[in-house]
Amino acid sequence: MATQQPFRWSLGKIFGLYTVAFLGVTVLIGLAEQFLGLPNRWIGWLFMALSLGIYIVIGVITRTSDSDQYYVAGRGVPALYNGMATGSDWMSAASFISMAGALSVQGFSGLAYVMGWTGGYVLLAVFLGPYLRQFGAYTIPDFLGGRYGGTAPRLVGVLAAVLCSFTYLIAQVTGVGLIVSRFLGLNFNVGVFVGLVGVLFCSVLGGMRSVTWTQVAQYIILIISYLVPVVVLSWQLFTFPFPQFVYGQLLQRNSAAAIQVTNDPKEAATRALWKQEADAAAAKLKDPALSDAEREKLSAQQKTAAAQAKPPAAPGATVANYLLVPKGIGMWNFLALTFCLMVGTAGLPHILTRYYTTPSVKEARRSVAWGLFFIFLLYFTAPAYAAFARFVVYTRLVGTHIADLPRWVTLWKPAGLFDVVDKLGDGVVQLADFVIKSSDFVVLAMPEIAGLPFVITGLVMAGGLAAALSTADGLLLTIANAISHDLYYKIIDPKAPLIRRLTITKIFLIVTALIAASVATFRLAIIVELVAWAFSLAAASFFPALVMGIWWKRANRPGAVAGMVIGLATTLLYMVGSRFYGMTWWGTATVASGVFGIPLGFVTIYVVSLLTAPPPERVQELVSSVRYPKATVSSAEFAH
Amino acid sequence: MAELTETQKNEYWRYNIRLTVILLVIWALFGYVLGGLLAGELNRVTVLGFPLGYYVAAQGSLAVFVIEIAVYARLMNKKDHEFGLDEGAA
Repeated sequence: MATQQPFRWSLGKIFGLYTVAFLGVTVLIGLAEQFLGLPNRWIGWLFMALSLGIYIVIGVITRTSDSDQYYVAGRGVPALYNGMATGSDWMSAASFISMAGALSVQGFSGLAYVMGWTGGYVLLAVFLGPYLRQFGAYTIPDFLGGRYGGTAPRLVGVLAAVLCSFTYLIAQVTGVGLIVSRFLGLNFNVGVFVGLVGVLFCSVLGGMRSVTWTQVAQYIILIISYLVPVVVLSWQLFTFPFPQFVYGQLLQRNSAAAIQVTNDPKEAATRALWKQEADAAAAKLKDPALSDAEREKLSAQQKTAAAQAKPPAAPGATVANYLLVPKGIGMWNFLALTFCLMVGTAGLPHILTRYYTTPSVKEARRSVAWGLFFIFLLYFTAPAYAAFARFVVYTRLVGTHIADLPRWVTLWKPAGLFDVVDKLGDGVVQLADFVIKSSDFVVLAMPEIAGLPFVITGLVMAGGLAAALSTADGLLLTIANAISHDLYYKIIDPKAPLIRRLTITKIFLIVTALIAASVATFRLAIIVELVAWAFSLAAASFFPALVMGIWWKRANRPGAVAGMVIGLATTLLYMVGSRFYGMTWWGTATVASGVFGIPLGFVTIYVVSLLTAPPPERVQELVSSVRYPKATVSSAEFAH
Repeated sequence: MAELTETQKNEYWRYNIRLTVILLVIWALFGYVLGGLLAGELNRVTVLGFPLGYYVAAQGSLAVFVIEIAVYARLMNKKDHEFGLDEGAA
């Protein structure tokens, strides 16, 4: 596209300058900290104001009321930038803050997330992305409505999109609240609403157009802030700036340290004390007269103590638990979870809509590649983060005197992510004395672990905020568009003028954001679990209907509706059944519920489609024409 | 699209299917077999300190996925050009 060349060049310039300016300001704040003694709280506020300011300015500059711009960014986002936007749209607070920590605690089993959340892009690239672009709809329910015809597929699509996206959105809003409250000392609820301002400014003013360019800016902040601390630590330990390639040595040393800790008599004595505490709490829990509050407290205590009592390697083992590959049911669940996460990744509507925004099918293909590359940069660093954090705990914390703890421990202890207790009373820290309450400390405390100034912690805060806000942006827009475009415009009032449609979208953006924020203020413990469930739900509802719709001419409306409903229902049934009522199919974990719904969805679409009349000739031609990129799609459903 | 004959269309589509199948086989091999089922066996081999099974699941498979998608984009875009399906030029 010759006409787009200058546009792309100036984009490179803009974002290049932006990156340099952002780094420059970070350095300036660092200098102010070093020489003027800028207090930590101020640094937190500066980063918060700076990043929110950037997002708001982008929102204002890119505001629009053109429908193509508002829904699909004018289909003019070059592959590279759509890739960055996909990266930050995809990587949430969970990827940024929690993943490395989870890997450090769960070991090999946690790698299901790393593989699942990246492998899904292969499915997306070959089955969906380019074809969705060629169809050229506005939203995912819009595609279902156009491909299968009638209101039912669209309606089920709206329902599933809202179901998957909303729980995910609450988790992001909670993440924003946590980050803001932790770094700025604001009340959690205030933090949530401050963060919402940043999200709403973009999405309300410029829809997909603003969200896209904000997400690009957010990706740049989040990747810089993720890489800096661990690169510095890698330099300190190995004089090598790529932690991703050297942490193998740490894995070995960590494994050796874990075995040593397992066999150490003082460690064993500490673990025995924890075991006593766990048993005592368990015994007290049997008392039927306990109040609910006491019961909750005791069972939490019992859980912590039991976890601390567990040795980091099996007795007599030659490798730490950390590196052990699960067997039997454990392996089945590992594979099933990987599968659900992969298919779910390729079925989440807020990611799929990103491929509507590229100028061509070619660019859509390229942009999946760029997207995964940008995600890969963070994901292949996460296991290194986990190993470095473990290494530091083994070498710089275990064995130190309780009165002489490392700086990062004293700095982060009040945050309540971990605790150091001298269980044995010998004045020396044993590994079993280090109580991890939230593995998030791995990413959050890394700058201090590496001995970096507080400005880097501020940078990490800005990165976490960018990750949470960018994902929230994408989700919010998906929900609002599903309701306003598909439910209101396409089903309820097809004659609604553009202005009214956009106004309704904006109202729904604000209403959805407010509902999500108020749900987040309840701090429900189940939210984290629900996010993992969203993948199975998306996988079982959207993926079969989308893939069959693109790849099989014969797939028809009854088939698609039945497939989506049955896929969704089976998955929900197993989720609720296994989580709350002790139901179990081959020992499958609740998070991997989609493993039954996905194949069942495909089979249902196949069988029901064959049992009912084929779709109209016009639709079948449309499906074949989508295979060849140059063909113009002119079906009435897709002419907006 | 009018310029493409039925044979050309078939040829183009068959190429796409073949490429898709090959990529999916590699995807499953790394994602499920080497990074899952056989990871325990692979862990007996250590490269640069990394137990191989752990490495495949943590980094190797991810790199393979990125390369796969890049290869897919490149080959399909080339094929489009070959068949005159450059929709951008229109």
